[in-house]
Amino acid sequence: MGDPAFLHRLQFAFTIIYHYLFPVLTMGLALLVVIMKLLGLRPGGEAWNDAARFWIRIFGINFAVGVVTGIPMEFQFGTNWARFSSYAGNVVGHTLAMEGLFAFFLESSFLSLLIYGEKRLGRVGHTLAAFALFAGSWLSGYFIIATNAFMQHPVGHAVAENGTLRLVDFFAFVLSPWALAQYAHNMMSSVVTASFVVAALGAFYTLEGRHLEPARLFLRLGTAAGLVSAVLVAFPTGDVQAKLVARYQPVALAAMEGRFESGPQAEMTIIGQPNVRERKLDNPIQVPGVLSVLAYGHFYSNVRGLNEFPEADWPDNVELLYYSYHIMVGLGTILIAIMGIASLLAWLGRLEKSWIMLWVLMLAFPFPYIAVIAGWMSAELGRQPWLVYGLMRTVDGGSPSVHSGTVLFTLLGTCGLYAVLGVLFLFLIFREIEHGPRPHAAEDAAHA
Amino acid sequence: MLEIWYAIAVFMLTAYVVLDGFDFGAGALHLLVARSDAERREVLAAIGPFWDGNEVWLLAAGGALFVGFPRVLASGISGFYFAIFMVLWCILLRGIAIEFRSHVKDAIWRATWDFFFCVASVLLPVFFGAALGNLLRGVPLQADGWFALALFTDFTARNPVGILDWYTVLVGVFALTALAGHGALFLNWKTQGPVQERSRAAARKLYVAVGVLWPVLTVATQWVDRGFLPALASRPLAWLLAGVALAGLVAVFVGLAGGRELPAFLGSCAFLTGLSWATAACVFPTMLRAIGPEGVSLTAYSGGGDPRGLGTALVWFCVGFPLAILYFVIVFRLHRGKAVSGAYGES
Repeated sequence: MGDPAFLHRLQFAFTIIYHYLFPVLTMGLALLVVIMKLLGLRPGGEAWNDAARFWIRIFGINFAVGVVTGIPMEFQFGTNWARFSSYAGNVVGHTLAMEGLFAFFLESSFLSLLIYGEKRLGRVGHTLAAFALFAGSWLSGYFIIATNAFMQHPVGHAVAENGTLRLVDFFAFVLSPWALAQYAHNMMSSVVTASFVVAALGAFYTLEGRHLEPARLFLRLGTAAGLVSAVLVAFPTGDVQAKLVARYQPVALAAMEGRFESGPQAEMTIIGQPNVRERKLDNPIQVPGVLSVLAYGHFYSNVRGLNEFPEADWPDNVELLYYSYHIMVGLGTILIAIMGIASLLAWLGRLEKSWIMLWVLMLAFPFPYIAVIAGWMSAELGRQPWLVYGLMRTVDGGSPSVHSGTVLFTLLGTCGLYAVLGVLFLFLIFREIEHGPRPHAAEDAAHA
Repeated sequence: MLEIWYAIAVFMLTAYVVLDGFDFGAGALHLLVARSDAERREVLAAIGPFWDGNEVWLLAAGGALFVGFPRVLASGISGFYFAIFMVLWCILLRGIAIEFRSHVKDAIWRATWDFFFCVASVLLPVFFGAALGNLLRGVPLQADGWFALALFTDFTARNPVGILDWYTVLVGVFALTALAGHGALFLNWKTQGPVQERSRAAARKLYVAVGVLWPVLTVATQWVDRGFLPALASRPLAWLLAGVALAGLVAVFVGLAGGRELPAFLGSCAFLTGLSWATAACVFPTMLRAIGPEGVSLTAYSGGGDPRGLGTALVWFCVGFPLAILYFVIVFRLHRGKAVSGAYGES
């Protein structure tokens, strides 16, 4: 507990995981809202427009919490990671500043117009506002991922005379292959999350026998978008990402798979417990050869194990990394299966009568959130012990002038505040779900 | 190149003060100028479409500082660790208060959020003012370029200093007074009826206080930094900007006397802008002033980023900045005229 580096990490991990629970929904939901608004523009599309209005309210509450929990993230680069900011600011300062200029201004300008401006803007204008929020939130995601990609796989930089990093190739940095792959993978997982939430609420209303008309639309859109995005998360985006990890972070891949020995025909571990002390995997259930194929595209490719790397370069929490990675992959597979079956039933016109599937859809919505957080934990734990891969170690990135008593104080205060925030958020969301979608006429009456 | 980025960072920070300043002021005053629920919602409707965008200027300014002066940002933000977290918690509470308040039609619920909205809106200008005060008074920078500040020590403004002392609190009180006056003038422009009348009366009193405090603060600043007034005297640009501030102050009183709402508010904008820019012009190139025996100040040159990278950044800045202004113009155009105590936040 006395180690400030540990507390800097704990505070950042807690605040970023909590924060990301909100944008992961709003980024995906922004796309689905744009789709609803576009379907609503067609003649007779009033029902889609009503559906969009309901989801915009859910979006608004999530977005507000995402904004207020996101501001501390930006500041923590300075408060807690001052050495890192000083070292890499000439590079990552670009993407973080561009996020403010290109994404936040766009989002913040059109947010209240999207939420409260439907009458003022008219149908087309309101659709454009939805598009502005979609573009802003997806741009914001890109700049953050480009920043993270530099920490995962630094490119486009050089070391300046004073020992800090400087930017030499802007486009190599902003369009790094790691950023593009991670972005595609991440944004698809965000659409999966939003699709599951939309479908779950459709299933809930259908099972309760109320709001049946909008519930039908939620189920249709949720399962269709959910199937497409869940498949895209795995292939090609997840696959490309895994190959990049195999190529540039082989030690992270070994830890993710709990692999200690090197060798060809590497097996993929379905389940098992990494035993770091004895350097083996307990109770493994494995499929031979699959890891070699996934990582390098060939059955006989050698996949290096942890034993081949000095222990100082191992991710410092092999066990947690192993479980995060397996939870992500396992849940990702299950989510594809759920959306596959649900889409098949929807296509046959039997989804709304299949109460088992409706129950599954209703209860499944937390799992994409868990998979996404586990995925990010895999990425960030796999990056350890580096803050900037191969260049700066995490223990060297913290603020020199901040001691652990200070960090623990702000960590506890933030935990308390976020606990209250979480309760309020759930209260408001349950209220919206209770009110349900309302057609326009009823909406006007509610305000009068 | 570093001079250009210094100007950009100062411009963005000033835009933040002027823009988020009016919704801070409106929040600090709303319990006084808006008594009923309908009146409070009128205040929220006036700032509702703008406050979130206004707050982005803080992040954009932070981004400009990050890319332009990473060493200054890292040292400054980590040195003010405690104060930064207080500010973050206030920003969080305030955002939630504005966005969640009107979701539930319940007197207790709304009264709670009105209270937090007011408290956070009062504390934030004091903290930001105190932060500026710290920069002017100086911080205990060590030879390695880092520092840590206690929240308070003995309030003497002499080493060992804390974030809060008589001088920095004075700057904080001045900031609160000026931003409350600024917010009152914004409400005078955007509202009508009783809210407008009370705002106008408040603006007059607050700006008289600003007129009294301003010279006091200038003398106090000279007392903590002996180089301040000589720098002002030797820099014509700073003269000019101080003149803009003075003209703005006059415009506020003329506008208020003549019942011209927008010119009075614009006068207030000019006052805050002139004052911020004049201060920045006086202290340049110092960004983190060191006090204490062995300290070396961090300047725009010693704490600045890599000039070649900043050339690249200037290119994307010139693309992004007009877009930000464009969104800003669209939002102000769409919400021109008086705010209506409407459905802001209702669900």
